[in-house]
Amino acid sequence: MENLQDNQFDVWEVFIQSKPGLPHIHAGNVHATDKKMAVQNARDTYTRRGEGTSIWVVPSLNVTASDPDENEMLFDPSNDKMYRHPTFYILPEGAKNI
Amino acid sequence: MKNLHNDESFQKRIDANEHVEPRDYMPEGYRKHLIRQISQHAHSEVIGMQPEGNWITRAPSLRAKQILLAKIQDEGGHGLYLYSAAETLGVSREEMIEQLHSGKAKYSNIFNYPALNWADIGAIGWLVDGAAIVNQVSLQRTSYGPYSRAMIRICKEESFHQRQGYEIMCKMMAGTLEQKQMAQDAMNRWWWPALMMFGPHDSDSPHTGDAVKWKIKRESNDTLRQKFIDKTVQQAELIGLVIPDKDLKWNAQNGHYDHGTINWEEFFEVINGKGPCNKQRLEHHKKYHLEGEWVREAATAHKMKKIKRERHHLTH
Repeated sequence: MENLQDNQFDVWEVFIQSKPGLPHIHAGNVHATDKKMAVQNARDTYTRRGEGTSIWVVPSLNVTASDPDENEMLFDPSNDKMYRHPTFYILPEGAKNI
Repeated sequence: MKNLHNDESFQKRIDANEHVEPRDYMPEGYRKHLIRQISQHAHSEVIGMQPEGNWITRAPSLRAKQILLAKIQDEGGHGLYLYSAAETLGVSREEMIEQLHSGKAKYSNIFNYPALNWADIGAIGWLVDGAAIVNQVSLQRTSYGPYSRAMIRICKEESFHQRQGYEIMCKMMAGTLEQKQMAQDAMNRWWWPALMMFGPHDSDSPHTGDAVKWKIKRESNDTLRQKFIDKTVQQAELIGLVIPDKDLKWNAQNGHYDHGTINWEEFFEVINGKGPCNKQRLEHHKKYHLEGEWVREAATAHKMKKIKRERHHLTH
């Protein structure tokens, strides 16, 4: 998994949480040789203006992604399963708070 | 829409304004065009640190120095965002740097002009960054996802760059006669190169056709250049700077400024290495890249040592 080809280090994906309570969102990536350097570089590169209060870094090679060729199968909108949506259900007139 | 592996369905996705992501099918020409454009853009950010870096130690106040440092740091960051975007296309950072050093990859021509005095720092921020912003705002809608995301981030950070440059020009234009002359002189030297940043006229632009078809480029060179001129004239007039173009005049019929002829001969001379600073900019980059070699080696050696130690723990 490590980049031994050249001296440009490994690539790490960077996720930033803009404030507590919100999800960590992908911001981009940095090059680094270890976790500590990855966090430091992510801090310098992506949070110079109060963009975040927490950083996650993950080696890019450890990210497994779905195959775009399988998008149709994976992300089918399942329009035949409308019962997954609340609007599918017929309720008696006058039912409240539901 | 279906992600079929042919150019026709790719074009359909583009026409439907879908973004293209790194693992999607893309024609080889699309990939090549992006690698060339994004790496050139990244190199421009990094080489662009040099003319300004030259003035950090000579900034006229602590405030000016802090601002300039922050701006140059941003530019380094912008270079990194862009290198990352290019890397998603299968080119390594090392290859890109090699191409810069060998001259195969270009950077923006504008950085081959020298920053002679403090007024140049004002003119660079106001005009050079101003022109870059017009281009980058348009590129936020580029079809390649990682490039578009990098542009959005860059545009957010960049608007202070132009304002700080304009503020320097405002201050000098409110100063002594000598300061006013310096500001006007910087304006005279930077105006035309700034217009050239948008590239050749649409009629002579070799790369525009495919780039527009693929929505890498969303607006043409001439359209972007016109936007920049229309915005900038009022800002110049407000502080008493004269645009060094005797043919510049408001055209009430089309609602734009007409401008004089751009000296493309100079443009191509500078692109082909005859600008005042081409040699200096590249040599500087090579020198510091080489001088940093031991740092990269040490960091890599440290990593290898740790991996070895971890493996040792696992087996014992």
